[in-house]
Amino acid sequence: MTHDLIVIGGGPAGISAALCAASMGLRAVVLDEQPKAGGQIYRNVGAADPRVVALLGRDYAHGRPLVERLARSGVEVHHGALVWDVAADLTVTALQNGRSIQLRAPQLIAATGALERPSPLPGWTLPGVLNAGAAQIAMKSGGAIPSGAVVLAGGGPLLLLVACQLLEAGANVAGVVETSPAINRVKALRHLPSALLAPAYLAKGLRMMRRLRAAGVPWYTRASELAVEGEDRARALRFNVGGRPLRLQADTVLLHHGVVPHTQLSRLLRVEHDWDETQLAWHPRVDAWGQTSLEGFRIAGDGASIAGALAAEASATIAALGAAHALRKLSDDERDHRARPQRRALAKHARIRPFLDALYRPPSWINTPSDDTIVCRCEEVSAGRIREMARLGCEGPNQTKFLSRCGMGPCQGRQCGIVVTQLLAQELQRTPAEIGAYRVRAPLKPVPLASIANLTIQASQEPAP
Amino acid sequence: MFRPIDGVAPRRVITLCVDGREIQALQGDTLAMALLGAGVTPFRRTAVSGAPRAAFCLMGVCFDCLVDVDGRRNVQSCMVEALAGMNVSLPQGAGRMEGVA
Amino acid sequence: MKPIKEVDALVIGGGVVGLSLAYGMARAGDRVRVLDEGDDALRAARGNFGLVWVQGKGSANPSYASWTMDSVRHWPAFAAELRQRTGVDVELSQLGGFMMYLTEHELASQHERLESLRRQVGRDYPFQVLDHEGVRALVPCIGPEVAGATYCPLDGHVSPLRLLRALLQACATLGVQFHPGMRVDWIAYRDGLFHVHSGGLEHVAPRLVLAAGLGNKALAPTVGLKAPVVPNRGQILVTERLQPFLPYPTALVRQTGEGVVQIGDSKEDVGLDDRTTVDQLASIADRARRFFPLLESVNVVRTWGALRVMSPDGMPIYQSSTQCPGAFVVTCHSGVTLAAQHAGALVDWIRGGAEPADIHGFKAERFDVQTH
Repeated sequence: MTHDLIVIGGGPAGISAALCAASMGLRAVVLDEQPKAGGQIYRNVGAADPRVVALLGRDYAHGRPLVERLARSGVEVHHGALVWDVAADLTVTALQNGRSIQLRAPQLIAATGALERPSPLPGWTLPGVLNAGAAQIAMKSGGAIPSGAVVLAGGGPLLLLVACQLLEAGANVAGVVETSPAINRVKALRHLPSALLAPAYLAKGLRMMRRLRAAGVPWYTRASELAVEGEDRARALRFNVGGRPLRLQADTVLLHHGVVPHTQLSRLLRVEHDWDETQLAWHPRVDAWGQTSLEGFRIAGDGASIAGALAAEASATIAALGAAHALRKLSDDERDHRARPQRRALAKHARIRPFLDALYRPPSWINTPSDDTIVCRCEEVSAGRIREMARLGCEGPNQTKFLSRCGMGPCQGRQCGIVVTQLLAQELQRTPAEIGAYRVRAPLKPVPLASIANLTIQASQEPAP
Repeated sequence: MFRPIDGVAPRRVITLCVDGREIQALQGDTLAMALLGAGVTPFRRTAVSGAPRAAFCLMGVCFDCLVDVDGRRNVQSCMVEALAGMNVSLPQGAGRMEGVA
Repeated sequence: MKPIKEVDALVIGGGVVGLSLAYGMARAGDRVRVLDEGDDALRAARGNFGLVWVQGKGSANPSYASWTMDSVRHWPAFAAELRQRTGVDVELSQLGGFMMYLTEHELASQHERLESLRRQVGRDYPFQVLDHEGVRALVPCIGPEVAGATYCPLDGHVSPLRLLRALLQACATLGVQFHPGMRVDWIAYRDGLFHVHSGGLEHVAPRLVLAAGLGNKALAPTVGLKAPVVPNRGQILVTERLQPFLPYPTALVRQTGEGVVQIGDSKEDVGLDDRTTVDQLASIADRARRFFPLLESVNVVRTWGALRVMSPDGMPIYQSSTQCPGAFVVTCHSGVTLAAQHAGALVDWIRGGAEPADIHGFKAERFDVQTH
């Protein structure tokens, strides 16, 4: 054992887990793939231009003290460390500077966050089409915005937020095309009472809508039949509203239909997952202390279920407390006592979620796209092909993968998995839970053969543990 | 395809080589941002069908921003920093094995 | 329990073995139903390396070499037929294959093994032994550590993925009923008919073929047969797509039609564990780069772990039941190489034809301990 606790991920969850662990005297180490701490939400917050920080507001600036506290804490942090395997005994193998390193601790917290739900539609693979989150990353890490006309399409708080931020930054926001179906408003109303307990969130949403309207940004709701037009790059977004065909010229099209937990690591470790029909995503099953079905392996933050950056700090602190307790550094009472304020924070941030989840529930066609839509970007496998595989006798994503190659590319199902599961569910008339997900194996991301081969040399050089 | 936000402090300009052409980038940018800022499109053509692709997620989960950098094949350009003097080549289909008859 | 409409034959197992047999029977005019498990079943077919291989097989029984050579000889017609029926090109390539060695000693052992096979087989058994320069002339990218290789012009490779897809499609066009998600609960034999209970349904047929891989072990005794098979794990690394650079398959490394390179020839005794492990992957990767140094910089995109279906001597078990006539067990670990025979000669036997001479020795009795 090299440490007491290994934390994978340097965003708000990873940082909070590490800080909590350090405060209890645990030997913790953070493995972060990014060059600087902050994850995606607080990307580059330590070095971002003041104009960008002002533009992105308080929510972004909140990350700065977090990142600074980590730097001051003395916790061992490895940046640029790509974790590509975690074994059943929790041995972590990571690639750093071209060399594979191996670490092991009795407790492991995965804080790998979320990724944007894929928005498969015709033309979505063209250059010039990006996720809305990508535009935010461009602002945060590059102080840059799209140079021509930008059209945003999809649904979710991030869509409006990015539209506003781009507007504020001087981008030519040529349109916002919302795809949330009409029924969402009706269903969201049921959750309005609890949402009203989170007035700040609601007010923010309303403010964003007002800003965009006031700026005269063309706005469309309940859009369907979206397609990006263009040969070698995006030129326009075509869509339908109430049966009326419309077209917006665009140099950049930004798509967004919410975020989902990034489950590559939890799938690699074969822990139990549940399909959440509200968030339309897989949730690794965790107990009140983030513990999964694999002893010693915990998940915190959006990697477990989507609850936002502030909730991530609380859930990660709780997971670290759980780890410390498991290592006998805390008694039951101490652990529970320290967790209490965190649980209150979690409950507070959870209040808005049912409302947002209902209001921004993606339209079914984004999860079960038309036959001609590419679903697996890496291997260019269409939705039609996947439906054909189901008719041929494939019972789940793994057979479908073997017979069609979908999921075999470098992203290893990150962009297609959730859609393949739902497509098969639709075709076979079963639930996503019954269909299952891709089997994930090492390497979590492609690594050079030499870095795998060199482990044999390292094994012979290192003294036996 | 991307440009600096008005009013941000200017950063040092660096030059790198893309398919033999010199482009300018801002120090501290990822290679993907450098390519987007220089209007490089597409980043690559796929090995499966030759389809044009460029950056999509900018956070390392889509693998569409892959380029060859200083002899390393299929590097996620959004995950590496653009450095002065970098030699980038844009993949046209599957990678070639150098020095093989 | 409602019985389902009768068919001529029930095949348990929808992998490459089961589907080859189902295809052959359907092609001959039988009404066939295949029962296959679910998405998470252990599927040896999905882990097959894709070799269509003669070299080195049958040291313990030259009939195996002969049976294999017949299959390899029939493979081109088999592939062409599948393509004609389904439009799927299974990417069969038979340019010959190499078994490469890093030491003179290993090369010499293999040479001896092949010489012995040649003497026993009693038909033309072609192979060449090449030193380092000899290999390099054919495969320029080999590394300096390669001592030499044995080459067999009959060896080749194919895409197991495309083969499985072609078989599924061909079966569909021939009216084979494919029932996925069906695990067999129990089998009864009454009045010349097999009653297979699976998923709350009862399937009835006069002929039953067990092609369920590791599942055969439990199923075989219920119809008077034996299939003492055990799992043997192989781990495989798969690289990114590359321009073609390796036309010849080797037992450790082969480049597929898509351009990816598949690497791995490990064998582990780990029970029903098909996980991949970093140390084994590292060992495979290290060997691969010693044979092909240019692979060092290539990115590994994914890995596989699959369980081979191994009989005690590594050779097939083909047997017809005397206790329950009409039941057959078919198991092997070279389901791809033998696919042509399974769809052809073996089906003829299963449908009532003479037992091929080559398979006389592949009954399960050969594993019984002799007490004399």
